[in-house]
Amino acid sequence: MLIRRHGDIRSSEITPADVYAQRRAFLKAAAAAGVGAALSGPAAALVAPAGQRDAIAGVVETPHGRGLELTDYEFVTQYNNFYEFGTDKADPAENAHTLRTRPWNVVVDGECEAPGEIGIEDILTGFTQEERIYRLRCVEAWAMVVPWIGFPLGDLLRRFKPTSRANYVRFETLLDPEQMPGQRRAILDWPYREGLRMDEAMHPLTILATGLYGEVLPNQNGAPLRLVVPWKYGFKSIKSIVRISFVHGVPETTWWRMAPDEYGFYANVNPSVDHPRWSQARHRVLGEGLFSRKHETPMFNGYADQVAHLYKDMDLRKFY
Amino acid sequence: MDRPEHAFPWRRFVAKPLLFGAALIPFGLLVHGAAVGDLGANPLERVTHTTGDWGLRFLLLTLAMTPLRQLTAWSGWLTFRRMLGLFAFFYVSLHFLTWIWLDQELRWANMLADIAKRPFVTVGFVAWLLLLPLALTSTRAMMRRLGRHWKRLHRTVYAVAVLGVLHFLWLVKADLLEPLIYAAVLFVLLLVRWRPGLLKRPPLSTRALDAR
Ligand code: HEM
Repeated sequence: MLIRRHGDIRSSEITPADVYAQRRAFLKAAAAAGVGAALSGPAAALVAPAGQRDAIAGVVETPHGRGLELTDYEFVTQYNNFYEFGTDKADPAENAHTLRTRPWNVVVDGECEAPGEIGIEDILTGFTQEERIYRLRCVEAWAMVVPWIGFPLGDLLRRFKPTSRANYVRFETLLDPEQMPGQRRAILDWPYREGLRMDEAMHPLTILATGLYGEVLPNQNGAPLRLVVPWKYGFKSIKSIVRISFVHGVPETTWWRMAPDEYGFYANVNPSVDHPRWSQARHRVLGEGLFSRKHETPMFNGYADQVAHLYKDMDLRKFY
Repeated sequence: MDRPEHAFPWRRFVAKPLLFGAALIPFGLLVHGAAVGDLGANPLERVTHTTGDWGLRFLLLTLAMTPLRQLTAWSGWLTFRRMLGLFAFFYVSLHFLTWIWLDQELRWANMLADIAKRPFVTVGFVAWLLLLPLALTSTRAMMRRLGRHWKRLHRTVYAVAVLGVLHFLWLVKADLLEPLIYAAVLFVLLLVRWRPGLLKRPPLSTRALDAR
């Protein structure tokens, strides 16, 4: 099997350090002043938040993704797959205002010694919020780079003391057609469900995100709490989570149910296993021009050195 | 319906140029968007979808002209048919070129493999292939040269529309609503094509009423 390493990321995906530093300084200034700066002209995307959402306090910087060029805030927040708010990429940004993210509780249950519930405020204050810049590769062959705020999923899971029977974790999105108008039509089998193997869930790269670009998550990005698993296709990173269950055996997941030959349980980014309708060998990076070249998709989305060992003896053509 | 010889040819000098200009609007917006870099987060997807959508819409509009004539008893609709058909070909060809150049980036072996193994691509490609001879024989001279064969040849456009809708149905991930709307429109158009009687208004003579 072909395994590409970090070094294979095209240099055009990486900005010179000074540009990066400039952008960070700009972000900080924008957040601090509570103002964003949109460039003028039709082509100018909003590169940073306009300060309309609450900033997350006490965010710790980390080395994750340092040097990657961030996708403009506007694209990160206005080009979303979140069928609960419509199937067009622009729909979630338009419709997700109906979602109420406070109060918000997450039930943690199943094969564990201390099942319970945790509120979003406790999540925000009870876990060190880190900034992690990750690549996100969608199964539809486009990608972006997002500065998430979040914390390792494992830190939360351990609090609920999973038993030895728990070998998978199952996640569930809110089910409420009042707040999520897309759920009024049976496009998918609502509520959206996802799952991870226990070692994937406990992997230090796997995070629960509470924000992006320094602020709390916009509703269309899965507020107030979503999963981010950077080496898997985006649909694994379930949004607006209300329930996390420790289970024994592979949980049934939404897209797998919908089309098992197209969306496997693992859904690891893999350039050598095609989707039946398109190749996964290359992708577009959001925000690049119409005539820009596609990028080669690296194995495990460029995180192979950290996660390849999880799948050491598995046939990834079979377990796609 | 016939106009006196000296009347101003509205259709030729007003209606057709207006339609021509209107049909170019989606293309103009794409060119403008590409020029100023305002095609959204994923410009390739925007161009592919816009050209595909308008290709299919113009195909269905083309097919709607004959029923419209029957419905309204105005033969003028037919003078737009060729232009609409050629715009369908124009947008579908742009769509195809976008795929060849920007999606596949001229990887010819890849393209052949895709056409062979992905049903939605196969169907789209066959639809474009079938449109090609129709576009090439759309001139008056070709019409005259082919005589009665012309009509038979140009009936292929119905098959193209069916394949176009099938293409759309097969490429959608989960929400079939949009392609199903096109399928419904096509179904109605096919129905009135093969059952033209459905559109003929019942004669309003008293005899017809008595006979009921
Ligand atoms: C009569 C011929 C064709 C018609 C009417 C047609 C129409 C369409 C339509 C309506 C869409 C969906 C747009 C949307 O989602 O809004 C589409 C998408 C697409 N078509 Fe075509 N098409 C044709 C031929 C072709 C050909 C020849 C190719 C390439 C060989 C092609 C490749 C594609 C691709 C790659 C997509 C996008 C798929 C996706 O978004 O996943 N089409 N087409």
